Amino acid sequence: MSAEFPVIAATVVGGAAPLVFAALGETITERGGIINLSLDGSILLSAMTGFAIAYKTGSVFLGFLSAGIIGALIAAVVASSTLFLRVSQVAVGFVLALMCRDLAYFLGNPYSRIQGPQLAYTPIPFLEKIPIIGKIFFQQNIMVYGSYILIFAVWFFLYKTRWGLMLRCAGENPEAAYIRGIPVEKLKFWFTVLGGFFVGIAGALYSLSVKPGWGRPQGAEGTGWIALAIVIFGGWEPIKVALGAYLFSFLQAMGIVLQDKFSSVPAQVFQVAPFPLMIFTLLFINYFNRKEIQEKALTNPVLKILSRILKANPPASLGKVFYRN
Amino acid sequence: MKDKVLKPITRWFIVIGSVFVIITLLLYAIKVNPFEVYKLLIEGSLGSKYRIARVLNVWIPLVLCSCGLLYTFSLGLWNIGIEGQIMLGAIGATAAFKWFYPSFPSLYVMVLGFLFAIIAGGLWALFAGILKTKGGVNEIFAGLGLNFVAQGLILWLIFGPWKRPGIASMSGTEPFNRHLWLSTLKGFRVSPVALAIAVSVFIATVFIFKYTKWGLFFKAIGDNPTAGTLFGISVNKYSLFAMFLAGACAGIAGFFQTAGVYHRLIPAISSNYGYLALLIVMLANFSYWPVPFIAFFFACLNVGSIQLPMVLNIDSSLSGIIQGLSVLVFLCVYNFQKLKENSLE
Repeated sequence: MSAEFPVIAATVVGGAAPLVFAALGETITERGGIINLSLDGSILLSAMTGFAIAYKTGSVFLGFLSAGIIGALIAAVVASSTLFLRVSQVAVGFVLALMCRDLAYFLGNPYSRIQGPQLAYTPIPFLEKIPIIGKIFFQQNIMVYGSYILIFAVWFFLYKTRWGLMLRCAGENPEAAYIRGIPVEKLKFWFTVLGGFFVGIAGALYSLSVKPGWGRPQGAEGTGWIALAIVIFGGWEPIKVALGAYLFSFLQAMGIVLQDKFSSVPAQVFQVAPFPLMIFTLLFINYFNRKEIQEKALTNPVLKILSRILKANPPASLGKVFYRN
Repeated sequence: MKDKVLKPITRWFIVIGSVFVIITLLLYAIKVNPFEVYKLLIEGSLGSKYRIARVLNVWIPLVLCSCGLLYTFSLGLWNIGIEGQIMLGAIGATAAFKWFYPSFPSLYVMVLGFLFAIIAGGLWALFAGILKTKGGVNEIFAGLGLNFVAQGLILWLIFGPWKRPGIASMSGTEPFNRHLWLSTLKGFRVSPVALAIAVSVFIATVFIFKYTKWGLFFKAIGDNPTAGTLFGISVNKYSLFAMFLAGACAGIAGFFQTAGVYHRLIPAISSNYGYLALLIVMLANFSYWPVPFIAFFFACLNVGSIQLPMVLNIDSSLSGIIQGLSVLVFLCVYNFQKLKENSLE
């Protein structure tokens, strides 16, 4: 255990990076009051694009850039259809989740099952030498370091900048924000696009690093839905969302460990393990957000700590169509 | 009055036209002759009696699931869990076949399998409904989670308790005894019973929505949940009821998939038909009369695209792109028309 621990922990941290990108991207989007349900398809289509571009050009950087752009474009479809045409966000997101997956399989057909470039492993000098911590956190690739920075960047943006404040206003009470002179539609649109960009990066992280290559299935199927659930799990707060991503990555790693022990059970059975857990955590969180429990928590110290950790307030206008008048 | 006819016609004209143009351009872009693809899609689905039978075998579960979804959508519920409800129906049917044959005559076992499928699918949906009404878990996430759980359950059954004697494999359980296969017409491999039940479920759905008090309640609550509470209608009770009905319809679809099409339990028993049915009902704009026609079109696409990889070396997911794109364009055009109408008033 002791010798293996840093290795497993490093796998958990590296494997969580795409989930961190996708879930934080979605957090930005949802804080502005728009729910981008297309994540599952977005991740696959951008994974395919990232791999194909990196393969054609030989540049991993261009792969990531193109994947981000694809994610941003899909998010732009969601944002513009709901902002300008008032289409239901759930409907459009769900259709895109299915369609982009099919599009990825269709366009990615010539690139399936071939060797392609991968993101290089770049340990950080000095920091990698720190015992245990160095091995876990600083012997990774550059995008994993990017994911650490993103967690604090999103936190700083949402709570410490003027733009973050305006975005949160637009998500909580768009009508009031509009009257105060905040360009609600522009904000919602551009931050949905930015969130989509990070989702796209997550896709490329799968096909260029975590599950390298392309194929049908790629292996990233279903992660988009997990990322959406993680945002709820984290209560729309970037630090907690990131912790949720690490928790799920840990569970996936545990699945692999368990699979070695029970080799007669097919791998797919363990792969579904995060989903009942997702339902269970949502149930648990919702229970702690009930009024009775919140009132009890005022006097009971244990409940108080638990409810503070699990408290989640969705942006008030989440998923609703904004009417300017 | 003139508007009522003209608008849907323009809408459909725009939808079909733009989907056609976009797909044609897409196919040119990957250097495939689009008209060869269209020819293959049409011939592959309607070209022979054998192929039409296959289309009908897809049409049956699609119509059944769409009917179920009409109930949940009329209450504003997104029953994405329908995919897993089909799987549970299939598991229920297989369980009955495994447990009661050959100790009971095959006809009884068939009926039991049918009932088991309805109950298993219905309860699985009810579970998602209870998570929503009692647990506050959004039905989209509850349903999705349960879909993955159902998939895991099927895999576990195939590789565990119900594995083929000797080797367990992804090809599924051992085929059922011939007596447990739904009989089909000679030279036309569609079960007339399945067809009859699908059609009657559709007629029953139309009847319920059009002529009964239930239908009225479903509509009233869906349009305005608070109004329902004011008139003493329990929204939660109706939500659970609608979920059960949807699950039961999906369960029937699962029964026909096992007893009528595959004659065993396989991992891909639901074949994505639940998700497809969601698209069908959206494209039907949540009303019942276009459902059988759209389901037929979607079934043709699914069956026609099977040959694409072999003949033209392109992925069969093209059918999914056409289906998704149709719904996407439809949603945009429909809402654009509504927006223009509102601004004129």
